[in-house]
Amino acid sequence: MALVFKAFKRKKGNTSKAKSPDRGFLSFHNTSEVIKAESVIRKNGWRVRVMGPPPELRTGCDLVIEFPLVEQLNILRLLKANKIAPIEVVPVDDPLLKPVDLFRATDYGEHLMVRAANMKLTIEKETLRIVNISGGGCPDVPYLGARLVGKDLRQAPPPREIGHTLCGYALQLAYEEIKRQCSL
Amino acid sequence: MLALIGTIPDKDFPLVSGIGTLKGDFLFLDGHQITVNRGTPALIAAAVMACDTLGLSMPFSFLVGDEGLGDGSRKLYGHLKAQLTSLRAKVITFHYLQPDVDWHNQILLALEEKGKLPVLVADAGFMYAAKMSGFAATYDLFTPDIGEMAFLADEVAPHPFYTRGFILHEEENVPSLIKKAFEGKNAAKTLLIKGSKDYICTKEMILATVDTPNVETLEAIGGTGDTLTGMVAALTYGGYSVARAATMAARANRLAGKLANPTPATQVAEIIKEIPKALEAVLDDAAKAQEQTCPTTRYAHG
Repeated sequence: MALVFKAFKRKKGNTSKAKSPDRGFLSFHNTSEVIKAESVIRKNGWRVRVMGPPPELRTGCDLVIEFPLVEQLNILRLLKANKIAPIEVVPVDDPLLKPVDLFRATDYGEHLMVRAANMKLTIEKETLRIVNISGGGCPDVPYLGARLVGKDLRQAPPPREIGHTLCGYALQLAYEEIKRQCSL
Repeated sequence: MLALIGTIPDKDFPLVSGIGTLKGDFLFLDGHQITVNRGTPALIAAAVMACDTLGLSMPFSFLVGDEGLGDGSRKLYGHLKAQLTSLRAKVITFHYLQPDVDWHNQILLALEEKGKLPVLVADAGFMYAAKMSGFAATYDLFTPDIGEMAFLADEVAPHPFYTRGFILHEEENVPSLIKKAFEGKNAAKTLLIKGSKDYICTKEMILATVDTPNVETLEAIGGTGDTLTGMVAALTYGGYSVARAATMAARANRLAGKLANPTPATQVAEIIKEIPKALEAVLDDAAKAQEQTCPTTRYAHG
Protein backbone atom coordinates (compact mmCIF):
# COMPACT_ATOMS: atom_id res chain seq x y z
CA MET A 1 0.00 0.00 0.00
CA ALA A 2 2.85 2.34 0.88
CA LEU A 3 4.39 1.77 -2.52
CA VAL A 4 1.14 2.50 -4.29
CA PHE A 5 0.84 5.72 -2.37
CA LYS A 6 4.46 6.60 -3.15
CA ALA A 7 3.93 6.03 -6.86
CA PHE A 8 0.70 8.02 -6.84
CA LYS A 9 2.30 10.85 -4.91
CA ARG A 10 5.23 10.91 -7.30
CA LYS A 11 2.89 11.13 -10.24
CA LYS A 12 0.87 13.87 -8.62
CA GLY A 13 4.07 15.72 -7.80
CA ASN A 14 5.22 15.54 -11.37
CA THR A 15 3.50 18.72 -12.39
CA SER A 16 6.63 20.45 -13.67
CA LYS A 17 6.62 18.11 -16.66
CA ALA A 18 4.52 18.67 -19.74
CA LYS A 19 0.82 17.93 -19.42
CA SER A 20 0.13 16.27 -22.76
CA PRO A 21 3.56 15.41 -24.10
CA ASP A 22 2.38 12.87 -26.64
CA ARG A 23 -0.59 14.84 -28.03
CA GLY A 24 -0.81 17.21 -30.98
CA PHE A 25 -3.26 19.83 -32.29
CA LEU A 26 -4.74 19.94 -35.77
CA SER A 27 -6.04 23.37 -36.77
CA PHE A 28 -8.52 24.02 -39.59
CA HIS A 29 -9.96 26.92 -41.58
CA ASN A 30 -13.48 26.56 -40.24
CA THR A 31 -15.67 24.67 -37.80
CA SER A 32 -17.31 22.45 -40.39
CA GLU A 33 -13.88 21.09 -41.34
CA VAL A 34 -13.20 20.39 -37.66
CA ILE A 35 -16.45 18.46 -37.31
CA LYS A 36 -15.83 16.47 -40.48
CA ALA A 37 -12.24 15.69 -39.49
CA GLU A 38 -13.25 14.63 -35.98
CA SER A 39 -15.86 12.29 -37.38
CA VAL A 40 -13.44 10.68 -39.87
CA ILE A 41 -10.67 10.27 -37.29
CA ARG A 42 -12.97 8.81 -34.63
CA LYS A 43 -14.54 6.43 -37.15
CA ASN A 44 -11.06 5.03 -37.74
CA GLY A 45 -10.52 4.23 -34.09
CA TRP A 46 -8.45 7.09 -32.68
CA ARG A 47 -9.16 8.86 -29.42
CA VAL A 48 -9.39 12.57 -30.21
CA ARG A 49 -11.13 15.56 -28.69
CA VAL A 50 -12.22 18.95 -29.93
CA MET A 51 -11.18 21.94 -27.88
CA GLY A 52 -10.24 25.61 -28.00
CA PRO A 53 -6.83 26.46 -29.45
CA PRO A 54 -3.93 27.73 -27.29
CA PRO A 55 -2.98 31.40 -27.69
CA GLU A 56 0.20 30.48 -29.60
CA LEU A 57 -1.92 28.92 -32.33
CA ARG A 58 -3.28 31.99 -34.07
CA THR A 59 -4.35 30.46 -37.35
CA GLY A 60 -7.68 28.88 -38.18
CA CYS A 61 -11.03 28.84 -36.43
CA ASP A 62 -11.74 28.75 -32.72
CA LEU A 63 -11.64 24.96 -32.44
CA VAL A 64 -8.80 22.46 -32.78
CA ILE A 65 -8.58 18.67 -32.62
CA GLU A 66 -6.26 17.08 -30.09
CA PHE A 67 -4.81 13.78 -31.35
CA PRO A 68 -1.97 11.27 -30.64
CA LEU A 69 1.00 13.18 -32.03
CA VAL A 70 3.16 10.20 -32.89
CA GLU A 71 0.51 8.94 -35.31
CA GLN A 72 0.53 12.20 -37.25
CA LEU A 73 1.56 10.71 -40.59
CA ASN A 74 -1.25 8.18 -40.58
CA ILE A 75 -3.90 10.69 -39.52
CA LEU A 76 -2.81 13.25 -42.14
CA ARG A 77 -3.02 10.58 -44.83
CA LEU A 78 -6.52 9.69 -43.66
CA LEU A 79 -7.61 13.33 -43.78
CA LYS A 80 -6.10 13.79 -47.23
CA ALA A 81 -8.01 10.74 -48.50
CA ASN A 82 -11.15 12.48 -47.21
CA LYS A 83 -10.16 15.78 -48.83
CA ILE A 84 -9.62 17.56 -45.53
CA ALA A 85 -6.50 19.68 -45.21
CA PRO A 86 -5.50 21.01 -41.78
CA ILE A 87 -3.76 24.37 -41.72
CA GLU A 88 -1.27 23.35 -39.10
CA VAL A 89 -0.14 20.38 -37.01
CA VAL A 90 1.68 21.19 -33.77
CA PRO A 91 2.61 19.56 -30.44
CA VAL A 92 0.12 20.43 -27.67
CA ASP A 93 2.70 21.39 -25.07
CA ASP A 94 4.73 23.61 -27.35
CA PRO A 95 2.83 24.68 -30.48
CA LEU A 96 5.80 26.68 -31.70
CA LEU A 97 7.94 23.58 -32.24
CA LYS A 98 8.71 22.80 -35.86
CA PRO A 99 9.82 19.56 -37.54
CA VAL A 100 13.57 19.09 -37.93
CA ASP A 101 15.11 20.77 -40.94
CA LEU A 102 18.73 19.81 -40.38
CA PHE A 103 20.16 16.94 -42.42
CA ARG A 104 23.47 15.17 -42.12
CA ALA A 105 25.00 13.31 -45.06
CA THR A 106 27.78 10.72 -44.80
CA ASP A 107 29.60 9.73 -47.98
CA TYR A 108 30.95 6.18 -47.76
CA GLY A 109 32.34 6.23 -51.31
CA GLU A 110 30.04 3.79 -53.06
CA HIS A 111 27.22 4.56 -50.63
CA LEU A 112 25.53 7.69 -49.33
CA MET A 113 23.68 7.99 -46.02
CA VAL A 114 21.38 10.87 -45.09
CA ARG A 115 20.03 11.36 -41.59
CA ALA A 116 17.01 13.43 -40.57
CA ALA A 117 16.44 13.55 -36.80
CA ASN A 118 16.64 9.92 -35.68
CA MET A 119 16.22 8.28 -39.10
CA LYS A 120 18.93 7.25 -41.55
CA LEU A 121 18.53 6.21 -45.17
CA THR A 122 21.44 4.70 -47.13
CA ILE A 123 21.67 4.09 -50.87
CA GLU A 124 24.18 2.62 -53.27
CA LYS A 125 25.18 5.59 -55.40
CA GLU A 126 25.65 3.80 -58.71
CA THR A 127 22.36 1.90 -58.74
CA LEU A 128 20.35 4.22 -56.42
CA ARG A 129 19.22 1.10 -54.58
CA ILE A 130 18.15 1.60 -50.96
CA VAL A 131 20.50 -0.68 -49.01
CA ASN A 132 19.69 0.15 -45.39
CA ILE A 133 17.36 2.04 -43.08
CA SER A 134 18.47 2.57 -39.52
CA GLY A 135 17.63 4.56 -36.40
CA GLY A 136 14.15 5.40 -35.17
CA GLY A 137 12.00 3.91 -32.46
CA CYS A 138 8.38 3.68 -33.60
CA PRO A 139 7.10 0.29 -34.77
CA ASP A 140 6.79 1.34 -38.41
CA VAL A 141 10.60 1.67 -38.69
CA PRO A 142 11.21 -2.08 -39.07
CA TYR A 143 8.15 -2.15 -41.34
CA LEU A 144 9.54 0.62 -43.53
CA GLY A 145 12.88 -1.20 -43.60
CA ALA A 146 11.20 -4.39 -44.78
CA ARG A 147 9.26 -2.51 -47.47
CA LEU A 148 12.00 -0.23 -48.78
CA VAL A 149 15.39 -1.97 -48.48
CA GLY A 150 16.39 -3.40 -51.85
CA LYS A 151 14.13 -1.01 -53.80
CA ASP A 152 15.32 1.52 -56.37
CA LEU A 153 15.08 5.01 -54.89
CA ARG A 154 13.29 6.20 -58.04
CA GLN A 155 10.57 3.57 -57.74
CA ALA A 156 10.30 3.07 -53.99
CA PRO A 157 7.07 4.33 -52.40
CA PRO A 158 7.67 7.52 -50.39
CA PRO A 159 7.76 6.74 -46.65
CA ARG A 160 4.85 9.15 -46.09
CA GLU A 161 2.65 6.83 -48.16
CA ILE A 162 3.39 3.65 -46.22
CA GLY A 163 4.66 4.87 -42.83
CA HIS A 164 2.40 5.80 -39.93
CA THR A 165 4.35 7.69 -37.28
CA LEU A 166 6.68 10.61 -36.71
CA CYS A 167 9.63 8.28 -37.32
CA GLY A 168 8.06 7.53 -40.71
CA TYR A 169 7.75 11.27 -41.26
CA ALA A 170 11.43 11.79 -40.36
CA LEU A 171 12.35 9.08 -42.86
CA GLN A 172 10.30 10.93 -45.48
CA LEU A 173 12.46 14.00 -44.89
CA ALA A 174 15.64 11.93 -45.27
CA TYR A 175 14.17 10.39 -48.44
CA GLU A 176 13.41 13.82 -49.92
CA GLU A 177 16.87 15.09 -49.02
CA ILE A 178 18.71 12.11 -50.52
CA LYS A 179 16.66 12.49 -53.70
CA ARG A 180 17.57 16.16 -53.80
CA GLN A 181 21.25 15.31 -53.36
CA CYS A 182 20.98 12.77 -56.20
CA SER A 183 19.22 15.39 -58.38
CA LEU A 184 16.11 13.20 -58.72
CA MET B 1 14.76 -13.94 -15.79
CA LEU B 2 15.62 -11.52 -18.59
CA ALA B 3 12.45 -10.20 -20.25
CA LEU B 4 12.55 -8.62 -23.73
CA ILE B 5 9.56 -6.70 -25.07
CA GLY B 6 8.82 -5.31 -28.51
CA THR B 7 7.08 -5.58 -31.86
CA ILE B 8 7.59 -7.06 -35.30
CA PRO B 9 6.49 -5.41 -38.57
CA ASP B 10 3.62 -7.73 -39.44
CA LYS B 11 0.08 -6.60 -38.64
CA ASP B 12 -1.22 -10.18 -38.63
CA PHE B 13 1.33 -11.46 -36.15
CA PRO B 14 -0.40 -12.38 -32.86
CA LEU B 15 0.73 -11.56 -29.36
CA VAL B 16 3.15 -14.29 -28.36
CA SER B 17 5.50 -14.87 -25.46
CA GLY B 18 8.04 -17.45 -24.45
CA ILE B 19 11.64 -18.49 -24.75
CA GLY B 20 12.93 -18.14 -28.29
CA THR B 21 15.54 -20.23 -30.05
CA LEU B 22 17.76 -19.28 -32.97
CA LYS B 23 18.35 -21.28 -36.10
CA GLY B 24 20.25 -19.58 -38.93
CA ASP B 25 18.76 -16.15 -39.61
CA PHE B 26 15.50 -17.02 -37.87
CA LEU B 27 14.11 -16.76 -34.38
CA PHE B 28 11.58 -19.39 -33.35
CA LEU B 29 9.14 -18.28 -30.68
CA ASP B 30 5.89 -19.91 -29.60
CA GLY B 31 5.58 -21.80 -32.90
CA HIS B 32 6.40 -18.80 -35.09
CA GLN B 33 9.39 -18.31 -37.39
CA ILE B 34 10.66 -14.72 -37.42
CA THR B 35 13.45 -13.16 -39.48
CA VAL B 36 16.08 -11.42 -37.35
CA ASN B 37 17.11 -8.80 -39.86
CA ARG B 38 15.99 -5.75 -37.88
CA GLY B 39 14.14 -4.38 -34.87
CA THR B 40 13.19 -6.34 -31.76
CA PRO B 41 13.93 -9.76 -33.31
CA ALA B 42 17.52 -8.56 -33.86
CA LEU B 43 17.67 -7.49 -30.20
CA ILE B 44 16.32 -10.86 -29.07
CA ALA B 45 18.76 -12.74 -31.31
CA ALA B 46 21.70 -10.80 -29.88
CA ALA B 47 20.50 -11.39 -26.32
CA VAL B 48 20.00 -15.11 -26.97
CA MET B 49 23.55 -15.38 -28.34
CA ALA B 50 24.97 -13.38 -25.45
CA CYS B 51 23.10 -15.43 -22.83
CA ASP B 52 24.34 -18.60 -24.47
CA THR B 53 27.93 -17.32 -24.44
CA LEU B 54 27.60 -16.29 -20.80
CA GLY B 55 26.01 -19.58 -19.78
CA LEU B 56 22.78 -17.92 -18.65
CA SER B 57 19.19 -19.04 -18.94
CA MET B 58 17.57 -17.89 -22.18
CA PRO B 59 15.55 -14.64 -22.27
CA PHE B 60 11.77 -14.62 -22.13
CA SER B 61 10.30 -12.50 -24.93
CA PHE B 62 6.99 -10.76 -25.60
CA LEU B 63 6.26 -9.93 -29.23
CA VAL B 64 3.29 -8.61 -31.14
CA GLY B 65 2.72 -7.50 -34.72
CA ASP B 66 2.62 -3.72 -35.22
CA GLU B 67 3.34 -1.83 -38.45
CA GLY B 68 3.15 1.55 -36.77
CA LEU B 69 -0.60 1.89 -36.24
CA GLY B 70 -0.07 1.23 -32.54
CA ASP B 71 -2.83 -1.39 -32.31
CA GLY B 72 -0.42 -4.24 -31.60
CA SER B 73 1.52 -2.16 -29.09
CA ARG B 74 -1.65 -1.28 -27.18
CA LYS B 75 -2.67 -4.93 -27.07
CA LEU B 76 0.78 -5.79 -25.71
CA TYR B 77 0.67 -2.95 -23.15
CA GLY B 78 -2.60 -4.34 -21.81
CA HIS B 79 -1.14 -7.82 -21.59
CA LEU B 80 2.01 -6.58 -19.87
CA LYS B 81 0.05 -4.66 -17.28
CA ALA B 82 -1.68 -7.88 -16.28
CA GLN B 83 1.18 -10.37 -16.70
CA LEU B 84 4.57 -8.70 -16.44
CA THR B 85 4.75 -8.39 -12.69
CA SER B 86 4.09 -12.08 -12.11
CA LEU B 87 7.22 -13.00 -14.07
CA ARG B 88 9.54 -11.64 -11.38
CA ALA B 89 12.07 -10.68 -14.03
CA LYS B 90 15.49 -9.49 -12.90
CA VAL B 91 16.04 -7.36 -15.99
CA ILE B 92 13.36 -5.99 -18.34
CA THR B 93 14.18 -4.41 -21.71
CA PHE B 94 11.50 -2.41 -23.53
CA HIS B 95 12.08 -1.79 -27.22
CA TYR B 96 10.09 -0.99 -30.39
CA LEU B 97 6.68 -0.02 -29.02
CA GLN B 98 4.35 2.78 -30.04
CA PRO B 99 5.26 5.67 -27.69
CA ASP B 100 2.23 6.15 -25.46
CA VAL B 101 2.70 7.99 -22.19
CA ASP B 102 -0.51 6.78 -20.60
CA TRP B 103 0.29 3.12 -21.22
CA HIS B 104 3.90 3.68 -20.20
CA ASN B 105 2.77 5.05 -16.86
CA GLN B 106 0.37 2.17 -16.27
CA ILE B 107 3.14 -0.38 -16.87
CA LEU B 108 5.60 1.45 -14.65
CA LEU B 109 3.03 1.85 -11.89
CA ALA B 110 2.17 -1.87 -12.05
CA LEU B 111 5.86 -2.72 -11.63
CA GLU B 112 6.25 -0.27 -8.76
CA GLU B 113 3.22 -1.62 -6.96
CA LYS B 114 4.80 -5.05 -6.99
CA GLY B 115 7.75 -3.91 -4.89
CA LYS B 116 11.43 -3.57 -5.76
CA LEU B 117 11.83 -2.65 -9.39
CA PRO B 118 13.85 -4.92 -11.67
CA VAL B 119 16.69 -3.44 -13.71
CA LEU B 120 14.85 -1.42 -16.35
CA VAL B 121 16.33 -0.84 -19.81
CA ALA B 122 14.50 1.26 -22.41
CA ASP B 123 15.38 1.77 -26.05
CA ALA B 124 13.52 2.93 -29.18
CA GLY B 125 9.85 3.93 -28.86
CA PHE B 126 9.49 2.98 -25.23
CA MET B 127 12.46 5.20 -24.38
CA TYR B 128 10.62 8.10 -26.09
CA ALA B 129 7.57 7.45 -23.92
CA ALA B 130 9.74 7.14 -20.80
CA LYS B 131 11.31 10.53 -21.52
CA MET B 132 7.95 12.18 -22.20
CA SER B 133 6.45 10.70 -19.03
CA GLY B 134 8.83 12.56 -16.75
CA PHE B 135 9.92 9.28 -15.12
CA ALA B 136 13.13 8.78 -17.10
CA ALA B 137 15.26 8.66 -13.96
CA THR B 138 13.38 5.57 -12.79
CA TYR B 139 15.12 3.63 -15.55
CA ASP B 140 18.55 2.10 -15.14
CA LEU B 141 19.63 2.46 -18.77
CA PHE B 142 18.66 4.28 -21.95
CA THR B 143 20.52 3.44 -25.16
CA PRO B 144 20.03 6.41 -27.52
CA ASP B 145 21.90 7.05 -30.74
CA ILE B 146 23.13 10.57 -31.34
CA GLY B 147 19.85 11.79 -32.89
CA GLU B 148 17.92 10.40 -29.93
CA MET B 149 20.45 11.88 -27.52
CA ALA B 150 19.66 15.33 -28.91
CA PHE B 151 15.98 14.55 -28.30
CA LEU B 152 16.71 13.62 -24.67
CA ALA B 153 18.69 16.83 -24.30
CA ASP B 154 15.78 18.93 -25.59
CA GLU B 155 13.42 19.24 -22.64
CA VAL B 156 10.46 20.30 -24.77
CA ALA B 157 10.73 17.95 -27.77
CA PRO B 158 7.94 15.32 -27.68
CA HIS B 159 9.71 13.16 -30.30
CA PRO B 160 13.09 13.29 -32.11
CA PHE B 161 11.16 14.70 -35.11
CA TYR B 162 10.68 17.93 -33.13
CA THR B 163 14.19 18.33 -31.69
CA ARG B 164 15.11 21.99 -31.91
CA GLY B 165 17.82 23.08 -34.33
CA PHE B 166 20.09 24.73 -31.79
CA ILE B 167 20.34 21.44 -29.91
CA LEU B 168 20.88 19.41 -33.09
CA HIS B 169 23.77 21.75 -33.85
CA GLU B 170 25.42 20.50 -30.67
CA GLU B 171 25.67 16.91 -31.84
CA GLU B 172 29.45 17.15 -32.06
CA ASN B 173 29.47 18.13 -28.39
CA VAL B 174 28.08 15.00 -26.78
CA PRO B 175 29.08 15.95 -23.20
CA SER B 176 26.93 19.08 -23.54
CA LEU B 177 23.94 16.99 -24.67
CA ILE B 178 24.50 14.59 -21.77
CA LYS B 179 24.56 17.47 -19.30
CA LYS B 180 21.32 18.93 -20.71
CA ALA B 181 19.56 15.56 -20.60
CA PHE B 182 20.43 14.97 -16.96
CA GLU B 183 19.65 18.55 -15.95
CA GLY B 184 16.22 18.25 -17.58
CA LYS B 185 15.63 14.93 -15.77
CA ASN B 186 15.22 13.28 -19.16
CA ALA B 187 17.90 10.63 -18.75
CA ALA B 188 17.98 7.20 -17.16
CA LYS B 189 20.46 6.59 -14.34
CA THR B 190 22.97 5.44 -16.96
CA LEU B 191 23.15 6.32 -20.64
CA LEU B 192 24.85 4.32 -23.36
CA ILE B 193 25.08 6.70 -26.32
CA LYS B 194 25.69 4.93 -29.59
CA GLY B 195 27.82 6.79 -32.13
CA SER B 196 31.21 7.01 -33.79
CA LYS B 197 32.38 7.12 -30.19
CA ASP B 198 30.13 5.38 -27.67
CA TYR B 199 29.66 7.14 -24.32
CA ILE B 200 28.73 5.43 -21.08
CA CYS B 201 27.76 7.99 -18.48
CA THR B 202 25.81 8.80 -15.35
CA LYS B 203 24.62 12.12 -14.00
CA GLU B 204 27.97 12.63 -12.30
CA MET B 205 30.42 11.72 -15.03
CA ILE B 206 31.37 10.06 -18.26
CA LEU B 207 32.44 6.64 -17.04
CA ALA B 208 33.89 5.34 -20.28
CA THR B 209 34.11 5.92 -23.99
CA VAL B 210 34.52 3.21 -26.60
CA ASP B 211 35.72 4.01 -30.10
CA THR B 212 37.61 0.90 -31.16
CA PRO B 213 37.47 -0.99 -33.35
CA ASN B 214 36.28 1.86 -35.52
CA VAL B 215 33.84 0.50 -38.13
CA GLU B 216 32.30 3.57 -39.77
CA THR B 217 29.75 1.65 -41.81
CA LEU B 218 27.95 0.30 -38.72
CA GLU B 219 25.90 3.49 -38.37
CA ALA B 220 24.22 2.86 -41.70
CA ILE B 221 23.27 -0.73 -40.92
CA GLY B 222 19.77 -1.05 -39.50
CA GLY B 223 19.70 -3.17 -36.34
CA THR B 224 23.21 -2.54 -35.00
CA GLY B 225 21.77 -0.46 -32.17
CA ASP B 226 19.32 -3.26 -31.44
CA THR B 227 22.11 -5.85 -31.14
CA LEU B 228 23.97 -3.56 -28.77
CA THR B 229 20.92 -3.18 -26.53
CA GLY B 230 20.38 -6.95 -26.61
CA MET B 231 23.93 -7.59 -25.46
CA VAL B 232 23.91 -5.01 -22.69
CA ALA B 233 20.65 -6.49 -21.39
CA ALA B 234 22.18 -9.98 -21.31
CA LEU B 235 25.38 -8.80 -19.62
CA THR B 236 23.36 -6.93 -16.98
CA TYR B 237 21.30 -10.06 -16.43
CA GLY B 238 24.60 -11.91 -16.05
CA GLY B 239 25.46 -9.79 -13.02
CA TYR B 240 27.64 -7.04 -14.45
CA SER B 241 26.85 -3.53 -13.31
CA VAL B 242 24.85 -1.56 -15.87
CA ALA B 243 27.81 0.68 -16.73
CA ARG B 244 30.22 -2.22 -16.99
CA ALA B 245 27.77 -4.20 -19.12
CA ALA B 246 27.27 -1.19 -21.38
CA THR B 247 31.00 -0.76 -21.91
CA MET B 248 31.56 -4.44 -22.63
CA ALA B 249 28.56 -4.58 -24.98
CA ALA B 250 29.77 -1.50 -26.87
CA ARG B 251 33.14 -3.18 -27.44
CA ALA B 252 31.60 -6.52 -28.41
CA ASN B 253 29.17 -4.89 -30.85
CA ARG B 254 31.98 -3.08 -32.63
CA LEU B 255 34.07 -6.22 -32.74
CA ALA B 256 31.17 -8.27 -34.12
CA GLY B 257 30.78 -5.57 -36.76
CA LYS B 258 34.43 -5.71 -37.66
CA LEU B 259 34.41 -9.51 -37.89
CA ALA B 260 31.53 -9.31 -40.39
CA ASN B 261 33.65 -7.02 -42.61
CA PRO B 262 30.60 -4.95 -43.46
CA THR B 263 29.71 -2.44 -46.16
CA PRO B 264 26.82 0.02 -45.70
CA ALA B 265 24.67 -2.56 -47.53
CA THR B 266 25.36 -5.37 -45.05
CA GLN B 267 22.32 -6.65 -43.15
CA VAL B 268 22.51 -7.04 -39.39
CA ALA B 269 21.97 -10.82 -39.51
CA GLU B 270 25.55 -11.07 -40.77
CA ILE B 271 26.78 -9.23 -37.69
CA ILE B 272 24.65 -11.23 -35.25
CA LYS B 273 26.47 -14.39 -36.37
CA GLU B 274 29.73 -12.91 -35.08
CA ILE B 275 28.43 -12.02 -31.62
CA PRO B 276 29.61 -15.17 -29.79
CA LYS B 277 33.17 -14.75 -31.05
CA ALA B 278 33.18 -11.02 -30.31
CA LEU B 279 31.73 -11.39 -26.84
CA GLU B 280 34.17 -14.19 -25.97
CA ALA B 281 37.04 -11.88 -26.92
CA VAL B 282 35.67 -9.05 -24.78
CA LEU B 283 35.11 -11.38 -21.83
CA ASP B 284 38.68 -12.68 -22.18
CA ASP B 285 40.05 -9.13 -22.29
CA ALA B 286 37.96 -8.15 -19.29
CA ALA B 287 39.16 -11.13 -17.32
CA LYS B 288 42.77 -10.23 -18.08
CA ALA B 289 42.57 -6.53 -17.53
CA GLN B 290 40.10 -6.49 -14.62
CA GLU B 291 38.09 -3.29 -14.29
CA GLN B 292 38.81 -0.89 -17.16
CA THR B 293 35.93 1.53 -16.72
CA CYS B 294 37.60 4.28 -14.79
CA PRO B 295 36.12 7.76 -14.53
CA THR B 296 37.58 9.90 -17.27
CA THR B 297 35.65 13.14 -17.53
CA ARG B 298 33.66 15.24 -15.14
CA TYR B 299 31.18 17.73 -16.49
CA ALA B 300 31.90 21.41 -16.26
CA HIS B 301 29.78 23.13 -13.64
CA GLY B 302 27.61 26.15 -14.29
